[in-house]
Amino acid sequence: MSGTLLARIMRDPSQVEALDADGWTGLIAAARAEQMVGTLGHRLDGLPMPGAVSRILADARASAAQGRTAALWEAEMARRALAKIGAPVVLLKGTAYVAAGLEAGRGRSIGDLDILVPRDAIDGVEAALLSAGWEWVKPDPYDDAYYRRWMHELPPLIHRERDRMIDVHHTVLPLTAPITPDAAALVGDSEALPNGLRILAPMDMICHAAAHLIADGDLAGGMRNLWDIHCLIGEFGTDGLEARAAHHGLRAAVLRAARLAVDVYGTEIPDAWHRRNVADTLFKRRLLARDGWGRKTRKLTEQGFYVRSHLLRMPPKMLARHLWTKWRKGYRPVG
Amino acid sequence: MRHRFDVRIGPVGFRVGSDWRGPVAQLETLYRDYPRPEDGIPDFTVRLFAARPWRRVVRPSVMISGDYTIPDAAPLPLRLGLLAAEMGMNLQMALAQRRYLLLHASAAERDGRAVLMTGVSGAGKSTLAALLMARGWRLMGDEFALIDPETGLVHAFPRLISLKNQAVAVMEHALPDGRFGPPMPDTPKGDIRHLVPDARAVETMDRPASPALILFPTFGHEAAERPVLPSESFVRLTQASTNYLALAERGYDALTRLVTTVPARAIDYPDAQTAVAQVETLWEQTA
Repeated sequence: MSGTLLARIMRDPSQVEALDADGWTGLIAAARAEQMVGTLGHRLDGLPMPGAVSRILADARASAAQGRTAALWEAEMARRALAKIGAPVVLLKGTAYVAAGLEAGRGRSIGDLDILVPRDAIDGVEAALLSAGWEWVKPDPYDDAYYRRWMHELPPLIHRERDRMIDVHHTVLPLTAPITPDAAALVGDSEALPNGLRILAPMDMICHAAAHLIADGDLAGGMRNLWDIHCLIGEFGTDGLEARAAHHGLRAAVLRAARLAVDVYGTEIPDAWHRRNVADTLFKRRLLARDGWGRKTRKLTEQGFYVRSHLLRMPPKMLARHLWTKWRKGYRPVG
Repeated sequence: MRHRFDVRIGPVGFRVGSDWRGPVAQLETLYRDYPRPEDGIPDFTVRLFAARPWRRVVRPSVMISGDYTIPDAAPLPLRLGLLAAEMGMNLQMALAQRRYLLLHASAAERDGRAVLMTGVSGAGKSTLAALLMARGWRLMGDEFALIDPETGLVHAFPRLISLKNQAVAVMEHALPDGRFGPPMPDTPKGDIRHLVPDARAVETMDRPASPALILFPTFGHEAAERPVLPSESFVRLTQASTNYLALAERGYDALTRLVTTVPARAIDYPDAQTAVAQVETLWEQTA
């Protein structure tokens, strides 16, 4: 299992000494599939390795560096578009990590621009983005209504010239989810960067990463999100984390994420948090389900987490109605 | 995966995994004289697989994926498995090549200097490159030319030459002793047959060349030519590059250097033989 191999090498890079050609090939395939090849490139930089690998990883680092430039530029474009509104704009996830120069941002691939704004500012933000060249991605009225009524973000917008997506959040979990983090506190306690954009306070950053990994979604791309958490805990420690997580209703999610980070990447956490939980094994199995061809394995576990991700988002009756509507529109979950 | 094939084409190593033996057997035959990836570690992985387990057998249909993929790539019937493998390799190059500026162009070399030919699909890139090969030029590639941003040199990528429609008969006639792949009628891109680059193209594929002439051929008109200014050349080549934007400043510098140091011409041609004569005349005049 190359997911396991990737975890082992990220945890202890010196173990690459034992890799043969097929080991390296599987490692690179898994790292690419998990969108971690740039991170791996930095993690292994300077270690002895075959010339072919060294070139692949140098390309991956260069690619990530360019991705970082593009992400920061996209944040700057959003800053300019939203400057006149006067509302705080908080960067989330990858863009926040690179903007703040955090370890989690080193070599990280960054897709969309994610921002968090106060809920009462969302109409103004939407209007400002639309007038600055962003457009709707999903013209479907059901999807649009679904996002607006139930989700924690606007329907995704894409910039018509730069072809980059922006996700505008007003909180960090869907409104229908049983957990309701304190979005006002997330914004209120955020910290300003020199350019006026903001990032979450350190403990909130960890809470959000854990919420994203454990309490939302189906753990696709989870190895990278867990690596974020590993780096954030390494950089910020855990003082005050448990209390802050409890305040957001995310204590269980944060503790589980921390336990998984220990298990997968060897993160250091307080002893009291080490209590094992039987479901952790399932989470770990799902996270590391990647073979030497970069393919997902353990389809059944994956399906289980797919269903779980929907149950987390909405109550069963509502879920049934949602899936029925999507089914009629021809949407099928694919492997 | 059940079946595996490894190959190096120019500086790029590939690993192709397949649920079926057929495509791998064809790759083994056609690429038999090519080296394996350096250090045994490929740059890219391609996967040819059945969407559902039973589709391996019942109406077998080949899904194309790999390290990098596009969400809605249409599957191909198994009889086009070789084409699927080639498309999979091209896809990795188009989506993820970052070491070289990738130009959607064919290239041929003489005396250490290369002519690059680019244009829309159907412009005759592959046919012209194959005909030049038949006339003693070294084929560097019929699909992608790789420009090294550090040196400005063009590196060869001599994959199988993909001949389409009338070009198949043209090349069967021009190279009666050539090694051809199986005829593949009725593909999404018309009738296709692959031609194996000659021994010289494969043996010398690690030798880069200096770009000396850029051509923008257009098929279907009376023979004509006109000079192309660096500005126009630049714009057309940004459109012909899949990774120009991703390479950012390195891409800009490499392309600027290319178009300002290498002469460019647009040529119209009515048939392949005329085109080859035009290319060779221009080569004498400019390169």
